[in-house]
Amino acid sequence: MGLFGRTYLKNTAGIISTCLSFISTCLAFYTAYGYFFEYGKINGVYQKLIPFNYLWLAFSEGLSINMGILLDPITAMMLVVVTLISLMVHIYSLGYLKGEERFPTYYAFLGLFTFSMLGLVVASNIFQIYIFWELVGVSSFLLIGYYYEKPSAVAACKKAFIVTRFADLGFLIGILVLSFYAGTLDFNTLIQRLTSPESNELKSALAASFLGISALTWGMILVFVGGAGKSAMFPLHIWLPDAMEGPTPVSALIHAATMVVAGVFLVARLFPIFAISAPDALEIVAYVGAISALFAAIIACTQTDIKRVLAFSTMSQIGFMMFALGVSKYGGEEGLGYTASMFHLFTHALFKALLFLGAGAVIHFVHSNNMKDMGGLRKQLPITHFTFLIACLAISGVPPFAGFFSKEEILLAAFQHNQTIYWMALITSGLTAFYMFRLYFSIFWNKSYHPNHQDEHGHHGEGGFVMMMPLVLLSVGACLAGFIPFGKFVSSDGTALVSEFHLQFSIAPVALGLTGIFAALFLYKTENDKPDKMASSLRALYQIAYHKFYIDEIYLFITQKILFNCIGKPAAWFDKNVVDGLVNATGNTTQVLSEKIKKIQSGKVQEYAVYFLVGVFGLAMVFIYMWK
Amino acid sequence: MMEPGLYHLLFISAALFFIGVYGFLTRRNLIAMLMSIELILNSVNLNFIAFNKYVWADKLDGLFFTIFVIAIAAAEAAVAIAIIINLTKNFQSIDVEETEEMKY
Amino acid sequence: MNGANILFYLLAAMILGSGLLAVTTRQLFRAAIYLLFSLIGMAGMYFWLQYEFIAAVQVVVYVGGITVLIIFSIFLTQQAGEKMLVKKTGQQIFAAIAAFCGFALVMIQIVQNNFTATKNLSLSPSVTNIGNQMLGVDKGGYALPFEVVSILLLAALIGSIVIALRTPTQTS
Repeated sequence: MGLFGRTYLKNTAGIISTCLSFISTCLAFYTAYGYFFEYGKINGVYQKLIPFNYLWLAFSEGLSINMGILLDPITAMMLVVVTLISLMVHIYSLGYLKGEERFPTYYAFLGLFTFSMLGLVVASNIFQIYIFWELVGVSSFLLIGYYYEKPSAVAACKKAFIVTRFADLGFLIGILVLSFYAGTLDFNTLIQRLTSPESNELKSALAASFLGISALTWGMILVFVGGAGKSAMFPLHIWLPDAMEGPTPVSALIHAATMVVAGVFLVARLFPIFAISAPDALEIVAYVGAISALFAAIIACTQTDIKRVLAFSTMSQIGFMMFALGVSKYGGEEGLGYTASMFHLFTHALFKALLFLGAGAVIHFVHSNNMKDMGGLRKQLPITHFTFLIACLAISGVPPFAGFFSKEEILLAAFQHNQTIYWMALITSGLTAFYMFRLYFSIFWNKSYHPNHQDEHGHHGEGGFVMMMPLVLLSVGACLAGFIPFGKFVSSDGTALVSEFHLQFSIAPVALGLTGIFAALFLYKTENDKPDKMASSLRALYQIAYHKFYIDEIYLFITQKILFNCIGKPAAWFDKNVVDGLVNATGNTTQVLSEKIKKIQSGKVQEYAVYFLVGVFGLAMVFIYMWK
Repeated sequence: MMEPGLYHLLFISAALFFIGVYGFLTRRNLIAMLMSIELILNSVNLNFIAFNKYVWADKLDGLFFTIFVIAIAAAEAAVAIAIIINLTKNFQSIDVEETEEMKY
Repeated sequence: MNGANILFYLLAAMILGSGLLAVTTRQLFRAAIYLLFSLIGMAGMYFWLQYEFIAAVQVVVYVGGITVLIIFSIFLTQQAGEKMLVKKTGQQIFAAIAAFCGFALVMIQIVQNNFTATKNLSLSPSVTNIGNQMLGVDKGGYALPFEVVSILLLAALIGSIVIALRTPTQTS
């Protein structure tokens, strides 16, 4: 479609793509249903099934890169999530990008992305995950830079690719370390060798140490670095806000529901090794996640571009998922964090995609991203308003929507294992509620809507059926998903985990959430200057948060001043002057010398006679006087 | 003065040889260069004859060498003159400094 | 101080003097004449050495043939009139020094060496002996070189004609 779509498939590209996506969604549901209810369980434990494993590159007897499919509870869940959200985005884009010139190209990129993501989740081999990981990065690059005429889009997609690529370097080194010690690249064998206490590989991996930390922990930390880059954890988060330059459905698919959770998925996949053999690495995972969550929540309170608010919200929620994994242990009751994290992944995908698609509808209507241009839209966009409200309630953790259940479990897991993180998480949930409802009120209430000249066009109004349908479907999911007994299906060791509902425990987070909502209501429901007064009173803090803690500037400073000047420029100078200079000097010298020497052959007989005589006499001297 | 012997003849021969060499290197006219070559050849003849008389008096080898050298010098002079005449027709000058076609 | 010695030194002076003048004079025809004198002096020297046959051959071939040939060529190339060009002074000095150094080297070698004459009976260079050895085919006979030289002369003859014969087609 990418090659020929522009000329042949102008109008039908979207339909074809959507139909194919629908087929894969049905297949995913069928697989998940079959796995969870029919054949996945053996003795009450969900097994990792490998229906397909093809030997691709064999390095040695035990070490080879296979291409295969691994079916696992989290895989099945991710299949459902990825295909469902992808289908929603396909349908939505039919309306959002209507009339776009490179319409088929967009659908080609979407197809590439869906393929890469599905390959990533079913990978049976750590190298296969890496391959698809890079593919996902490439598709994201292509999609963010879709509007390539805009220089900001080009800069954003380059930034995303470079930052994730840099993180992937850590990932690759981690893969090499792990495969070196375990002697295999296959997931099942890898996990088995590095977690069973008697295995030789585990002993050697723990024995070797570098700077006081065992090699295995280093390997896991490096792998986590790769995941942190892809999931926009602090400090590798700088690409996520800029990635909002892409079309909004792209943001919904990639940066809300699927690609950014790839890091979480990776940690979950290797969770047994993390929990059993490298608990220090798991600590790091937890703290990075918690810090990112709090960091992003603070920044999101001050942003004015609605997509950036949603981007930081994504970062924050993924931080939740990360630290939920980080505080979890392996097996049984202790593995609550794992289940909570996966559950939150599932529900977050639903309501974040809903939020982004809703924001897309608003942007489509108002033609601007900035909150200041919006206000009072609840009359003009009723369906969008209603679904957006559901999503905001879900993300704030208000019962009985989906977010409440998943967040509850996360907070419970944190409370049981690490108090510091629990308090950080609690504060973050409060802030989440606050900034989400700040967003909600600013868009739909605040001012009364003044139609400006852009609204003169006739076709404006709420988006058509294709844009509204995904919103409605997702909001239904957001309402109902909370009631799925997730622990029965997904848990750290495959056995069913029944989570109880602790009423007393839930009071604190819900109360905090409602406080946040009312604070936002107070400040933003009607147009007033209380927010501005508050901002000016907290001037320095506000400025720092508004500029995203100046992290971007720090990065720019480091790369431009230090790396370019101290490393790049001398290296370039060396290359141009010394290396090239040497080669050029050789050529030049030869040429100059030859110019001088060629005058010997002057064509004059007498000169030749002179050389002849001199030679003869020279030889005579040598033979008479020196040759003994 | 001493009795003129081998050494005097060898002196004359060497001196004439190097006079010829000097003339060959210094002259710009091709015919003059040819004349210098004749001087060189003559000096060699004298050398052979001197050795034949004073050192190897029982053989005539030196003499025969001289005869052959004279014969060959004559042939060579003839061919050289022919070339010089040909050169004159082509270049309109027999200045050796102008005949440097075979340079780099 | 007998006549033979004086004659020797006179002949030597003639040879070397004419040779020197032949290579330094600026007029071509005079150079040819000086060469002529030098060759005649050589012939005289051969007479002094009592090698009459060679002296005769010298006069006939060199003086009578080659010098005349040279004079012909001077006239054919119309070079007789003006003065000849000279080389740059630097080059002349260099050539003189080179020649002198060579001369010194050779003389040193000659003087230091002790040439011992052979003790055998001397063979007189009469025409009979020359003729016998020249056409002799036994050991020491020069019949083969004789024939080769005759072929060489034939080749030179044909070659000169061929080279000189191309000129009419070029000039017309």
